[in-house]
Amino acid sequence: MSSVARTGLAILAAASASSVMAESSVNLQQPVTQIATEIYDMHTLMLVICLVIFIAVFGVMFWSMFAHRKSKGAVAAHFHENTTVEIVWTVIPVLILLGMAYPATKTVIAMKDTSNPDITIKATGYQWKWGYDYLKGEGEGVKLISNLSTPRDQLDGREAKGDNYLLEVDQPMVVPVGKKIRILTTANDVIHAWWVPALGVKQDAIPGFIRDTWFRADKEGVFRGNCAELCGKDHGFMPIEVHVVSEEKYAAWVAERKGMQAATAEDPNKVWDLAELKTRGEQVFAANCAACHQADGKGLPPAFPALDGSAVVQGPKMAQIETVLKGREGTAMAAFGKQLSDTELAAVITYTRNAWGNHTGEVIQPAEIAAAR
Amino acid sequence: MAAVIPDHLHDHHHGPTGLMRWITTTNHKDIGTMYMIFSFIMFLSGGVMALTIRAELFQPGLQVVQPEFFNQLTSMHGLVMVFGAIMPAFVGFANWQIPLMIGASDMAFARMNNWSFWLLPPAALLLLGSFFVPGGAMAAGWTMYAPLSVQMGMGMDMAIFAVHIMGISSIMGAINIVVTVLNMRAPGMTMMKMPLFCWTWLITAYLLIAVMPVLAGAVTMVLTDRHFGTSFFNAAGGGDPVLYQHVFWFFGHPEVYIMILPAFGIISEIIPTFARKPLFGYASMVYATASIAILSFTVWAHHMFTTGMPAVGQLFFMYATMLIAVPTGVKVFNWVATMWRGSMTFETPMLWATGFIFVFTIGGFTGLICAIAPIDIQLQDTYYVVAHFHYVLVAGSLFALFAGAYYWLPKWTGHMADERLGKIHFWCSMVFFNITFFPMHFLGLAGMPRRIPDYALQFADFNALATIGAFGFGFSQLIFIVVVIKCVKGGEKAAARSWEGAQGLEWTVPSPAPHHTFEVPPVVK
Repeated sequence: MSSVARTGLAILAAASASSVMAESSVNLQQPVTQIATEIYDMHTLMLVICLVIFIAVFGVMFWSMFAHRKSKGAVAAHFHENTTVEIVWTVIPVLILLGMAYPATKTVIAMKDTSNPDITIKATGYQWKWGYDYLKGEGEGVKLISNLSTPRDQLDGREAKGDNYLLEVDQPMVVPVGKKIRILTTANDVIHAWWVPALGVKQDAIPGFIRDTWFRADKEGVFRGNCAELCGKDHGFMPIEVHVVSEEKYAAWVAERKGMQAATAEDPNKVWDLAELKTRGEQVFAANCAACHQADGKGLPPAFPALDGSAVVQGPKMAQIETVLKGREGTAMAAFGKQLSDTELAAVITYTRNAWGNHTGEVIQPAEIAAAR
Repeated sequence: MAAVIPDHLHDHHHGPTGLMRWITTTNHKDIGTMYMIFSFIMFLSGGVMALTIRAELFQPGLQVVQPEFFNQLTSMHGLVMVFGAIMPAFVGFANWQIPLMIGASDMAFARMNNWSFWLLPPAALLLLGSFFVPGGAMAAGWTMYAPLSVQMGMGMDMAIFAVHIMGISSIMGAINIVVTVLNMRAPGMTMMKMPLFCWTWLITAYLLIAVMPVLAGAVTMVLTDRHFGTSFFNAAGGGDPVLYQHVFWFFGHPEVYIMILPAFGIISEIIPTFARKPLFGYASMVYATASIAILSFTVWAHHMFTTGMPAVGQLFFMYATMLIAVPTGVKVFNWVATMWRGSMTFETPMLWATGFIFVFTIGGFTGLICAIAPIDIQLQDTYYVVAHFHYVLVAGSLFALFAGAYYWLPKWTGHMADERLGKIHFWCSMVFFNITFFPMHFLGLAGMPRRIPDYALQFADFNALATIGAFGFGFSQLIFIVVVIKCVKGGEKAAARSWEGAQGLEWTVPSPAPHHTFEVPPVVK
């Protein structure tokens, strides 16, 4: 082989390698479901058709710009209409559009067919995390809350950013491979959207309503996505992580989750002391409240008021319990009554009443929360 | 015909002078100028917000602004550019050009014209001032989706009132344009002889009258949900958050045509001038514009494919949206056919106009791709959509505005604009625009959501590139200020017919156009 040919091959190999590398960053993500594959192919087809039309139309335009210049002695013609041409360039686009609409229609209908799922999972959008309830099928009863797990120091540049920066969560959704998973979406506060590109799924989560969508992953793996609807301050920080695993691994995961849930189910009648509740409450606060009210309790006024020195927190406990349970209409303060257990609520309220500059010395017991519900 | 028009440039002594002249003026040329200056100031304000956004997105991590403020910037950038920059700029063009083009002495309702302009500065103060109130500006996106907009601080209320005021201003401007075009054409100027710019504005004005009240309704419902205990968008009270989106986009989709149809009109004036050949398919251009306007009322829910409509709903809105490609295609074909076998020269306005056709068409194609519901489900709320609408709004509306400004500056100022600087402005804008927005297609396809202050690492390279492009684009616009100031101060004297191939009544009056024109209506053969 001549050296020229060899160099040529090397360049070709390098080019194809870089095009493989580039694929993930310039095109739709590699699809892992039938629907996502159809979308991927449809997009490629559309792109090709558009490119052909583009080259044809602008070929003519640029040729004209080159050839029909006054500086080249071009003399303007005087025609200004031609019914035949005008009909042709109206009808041909209509035909092309019909050709595009046909596969799209089939996919729309397939995407909407959420019947006969193997597993049904409810995804609830919260400001700013996702909650998953396994409602039906294997794993029924599993509940988890999925928070961003990227440390704050990585955001602020005090620490090197990890590979899955902003796309990683503490507790991912886990589903078995090859099963039809129906996702019901809803939200607790504002509109969110549950989106995992590789699965070809994006569905708005609307407070007070249930919407649904579905996917059947053909491949095991970890697939990542984001909330896709602007939902306030930390909209960019509520990723979605779906682990598609084998059936055996899924069964094992379900057993493990159920075991954990049974172990952590606390006796609601237990009477806690201040130190215990404060320790527990600090954890709950960090996971649920600190995004807005900040770890130091100073908040980000005026949108997110300070709790340190707050009249509500230092005032009568019933008012605070009410606010935490039911939220506050017209503000970003969400209702935590459905997200947190009596013990967690008691702990976090006790914590805020006894942290930073607040020293009420009061202990709120889970039973009081239960009574206030 | 031209020779009999008296020069009234210097007979303004009977009116107030100084600042009061501008506050009390009822002259369509003065008001047109004020509209354009106002819109350029808003364009720069919105541009500063855009550059702050791009600075934050230059690298992964939070460096320049915090997430709350970032959301305020994206929201206000959208509102300011749409309602403060693009729309008033087109109204400015309408004010200057429509009476000149149809041979009318002024707009039909001269006092209302004054009022519709002077409503804008207070609205702008409300919008920009909201950054300085407790809680800052509203941060629910320019679309102000409920219930997020119900959560906002008082910045939201200021934005709502600003939208109300700007809506009233737009409706009054639109009524003025409709009445002027329908009643004040010179003898012999039949509808089908009217310059296409007047046609596109007439149709746009009807769109404005139809949809601005709808927007006012939507934001008023947000206001009452916020303060008066109603539950239009609150499921707990029997409302529906998605209702807001339906009402908003019933306004919002015609709105995008409000921002592009006058641009089509400007381009349809410029291409024939510099091709020295009449516009190809004048009648089909008029029909295409009207079809786009009518279809624009039937496609709103293509902004909402991910809200979970029934399949039939998705299909209807998908087909209707795809249909818009047909009249839009007709327009592009007509422009190319106008250029075909012309005798073309490429002065600055023509450069902008051809640049417009080229880049706007890319935005048209990505629009078609977004129209396909299954593909849109992947692309909705990603940077692909950001790329798409900046291709049609910046490369579309804004480039057409620049084309029009360079085209008519000689008529407005009496001097030819600096060709060299104008061309530099064009090439810088064209190159930097594409560096900024073309990579966003890739970002969106690969899965980067829009409206996020920080992003995953695989998006870093294209974001850095887009930021570099954005700063280049932003600073290129300063060239335009230099061109305009130079052009106002002096330069080559412009002839009445400033461009060799220019047709139309505006080129029969001297340059600069005297303060009062067509006091005696011209007769069109």
